[in-house]
Amino acid sequence: MKNVGKQLIWQQYQKEIAEDHFFYVRSCIRQNFFPGAEATFLRILKDVLHKDVYDDPAHTTCTGIGYHTDIIPLETTMTVVARQFALMTEKGYKNFIPSCVTSFGLYLEILESWHNHPEVLNQIRKYLKEATGRTFELPENIVHASDIIYKFRREIASKAKYRLVNQQTGQPLRVVEHIGCHYAKMFPHKSVGGAEFPRVLSGIIEEWGGEVIDYPERRHCCGFGFRQYFIKANRGYTFSSVKKKFDSMHPYSPDLIVTNCPGCNVFLDKGQYVISEQEGIVYGANGYGIPVLTFEELAGLIVGFDPWDIGLQVHQVSVEPLLDKMGVWYEPEKKYRGKNNIPLGQPLQPTVLKTF
Amino acid sequence: MSKIAIIGGGIAGMEAAIRLSALNFEVHLIEKSFILGGHVKNWHMLFPDLSSATQLVEQQKNQLRDSVNILLGIEVIRASYTNNKYTLYFSDGSSNTFDAIILTTGFKLFPAQRKEEYGYSIYSNVITSAELEEYFQTDKPLYTKEHRIAERIAFIHCVGSRDDKVGNRYCSKVCCVTAVKQAMETARRNPGAEIYLFYMDLRMFDRQFEDLYFQAQTQYGIRFIRGRLSEVSEKPDSRLFLKFEDTLLGKPLRLTTDMLVLMVGMEPAENTGQLARLFNVPVGNDKFLLPKNLHQYRNLTNQPGIFLAGCVSGPKTIGETLTDARSAALEVYNYLNRN
Amino acid sequence: MPDFGFSIQSSQPIDLDKTYRAVYNFVKEKEPSIQRCIYCGACGATCTAANFSQMSLRKVNLLLLRGQIAEVRQLVEHCLLCGKCMLVCPRNVNTRKMILLIHQALKMPLS
Repeated sequence: MKNVGKQLIWQQYQKEIAEDHFFYVRSCIRQNFFPGAEATFLRILKDVLHKDVYDDPAHTTCTGIGYHTDIIPLETTMTVVARQFALMTEKGYKNFIPSCVTSFGLYLEILESWHNHPEVLNQIRKYLKEATGRTFELPENIVHASDIIYKFRREIASKAKYRLVNQQTGQPLRVVEHIGCHYAKMFPHKSVGGAEFPRVLSGIIEEWGGEVIDYPERRHCCGFGFRQYFIKANRGYTFSSVKKKFDSMHPYSPDLIVTNCPGCNVFLDKGQYVISEQEGIVYGANGYGIPVLTFEELAGLIVGFDPWDIGLQVHQVSVEPLLDKMGVWYEPEKKYRGKNNIPLGQPLQPTVLKTF
Repeated sequence: MSKIAIIGGGIAGMEAAIRLSALNFEVHLIEKSFILGGHVKNWHMLFPDLSSATQLVEQQKNQLRDSVNILLGIEVIRASYTNNKYTLYFSDGSSNTFDAIILTTGFKLFPAQRKEEYGYSIYSNVITSAELEEYFQTDKPLYTKEHRIAERIAFIHCVGSRDDKVGNRYCSKVCCVTAVKQAMETARRNPGAEIYLFYMDLRMFDRQFEDLYFQAQTQYGIRFIRGRLSEVSEKPDSRLFLKFEDTLLGKPLRLTTDMLVLMVGMEPAENTGQLARLFNVPVGNDKFLLPKNLHQYRNLTNQPGIFLAGCVSGPKTIGETLTDARSAALEVYNYLNRN
Repeated sequence: MPDFGFSIQSSQPIDLDKTYRAVYNFVKEKEPSIQRCIYCGACGATCTAANFSQMSLRKVNLLLLRGQIAEVRQLVEHCLLCGKCMLVCPRNVNTRKMILLIHQALKMPLS
């Protein structure tokens, strides 16, 4: 494989990413599934990169999940989004960063609709004014949270305590990057690197010492698809997609999977449990799964945050094999201890998938 | 004596120059590179009769009389029109005045990396039809970049043609039969290799093309599958993993190959737009130059004294290009003798 | 195993790397004209059996090439050997012999 062709592609998909002063909006599901990820992002921005970032307690869901499952009308979604922009405007911010890829796609889609149909924007302004008395400005810069980490990847690397390198062998860790569909497939030119060879995560991974794996089903969706997963009888479709991806990446023996999308992270992580129970298959070495990290968790790990402070104990697939390869220091006995050393209880054990 | 400028020294330009100098006009053949013969000089064998491309170009060069003034490494940068004459200003600072001009700047090959998902210049065993054609100048069988004999090769039709996503809606005309020709040549060099052709439609429009297709099926066992490649990836052993739909069965297909050949289509040559502005000749929605009409005035433009020949007005076979050039020469003759 | 209330399906595409071509090769060796097929579908359009079944010789030929033998077996059962397909075939494929050879091959243990 040659990177020459990829570099030519990447040059065509570059975008402006603001330097500082960010208004942050959270994902609906991450705080349940990967509760440390967003806190880690804010901590990196504030404590490592010394940026000004505002996390407004008044903000809500973007309704993306409701929108994609056809239970919320578009006008409602647009008005809720308008309210988020109103909060940003009120707090004096112009740079908007969604934590969630679905939200990111939805914001872009709505901004594009308003751009092409100013009459709809005017209508939504009216709705928001009537409902809440608020007014709003459109963001000057809207990027996904992973774009921010991409922009500051070198700065983070310069402050890194660990690298994506196997400490025993000295070899780069083999990393699968998985990009949420709504990051680049809808608006390739609003991404870093385009939809075919997205650069946002691969650039981060390479900068931090890892080797990116390009496997045949790299572009395949994680299968979440909202309406598939939310109807129980259709969930087989979701996990068939997950299995297809794992079957395809397996020959490349990945050490780690990194995602930039809340849903993908859930399904690539928890999906390994479902596949192991239903099919008896485990994809990692020695009966363990392949660890799946969000880009913020990975950044946190790299700069030396305690793995249990960034929430890695809540992952289905045990992260210890990865920590050991990277040489990350951790206290095994503290894995299920909360704040002030309070025991959190022990999770149930899967039948097939081995865990620490 | 009337003076004629022919801009573009490929086979169309040379053919027009040969014909017009035989009619005793003063012909100036202007070529921006330092060698005549355009794309054709790089080809190996020509469809459908497998005759030599080099021989064709050499024969043309031999026929160019001493009276043709060949200007190599020169481009037209400016033009003006007064008293039924065009003054051309060249990149070397010189200028000259002409009674008629034939534009024969031809085409450029579709840059395959623009079809991002096909992995050209990313995966080492993805090559273009033009690269394969040049490789055929050697006597060797087809090897992968890792020096293994290629045992399975896939040819992909319509790369950069009939594809709105890359901005080219038109058919490039010659790639279908080129793919069949190249597949047969590959089969001769790599006996026993499995060769697949993935097409959208097989456009075997000209004489003996259908025979070539028939021969490819029956004599060489070439496997024709109707379906368009969606994306390529590389396996750990650097073979290529391809995804298609068999559109005749309505089922998705997967295939691993040693090599992938992209049948790159034609786009207007780099300077076509500039020439269009220089001479005020309209371009079509395919960005090739538009003749006065597509039936009886295919070599004429809406400008007096400006003529077209060859692929500057859209994709053509070599046979069509040469005929077009002769026809343009006759139109120039008629134009110069109009009084 | 917990009751998930759903199951995982295996991937559906035809894998050409693992295509079973023994039946196709058997028929092709005895009747090379099957290679000439251009899948125009004239055979299916005129086929008597196609009025009452999924039979299409075009499809049979493709399924043989892709190694989908179970489907081939189902389709060729419907053929009445009337020979109308032979009359319409623009590429002179010996369609009746093709059907007979397929039946023969399906009864044989092929590698």
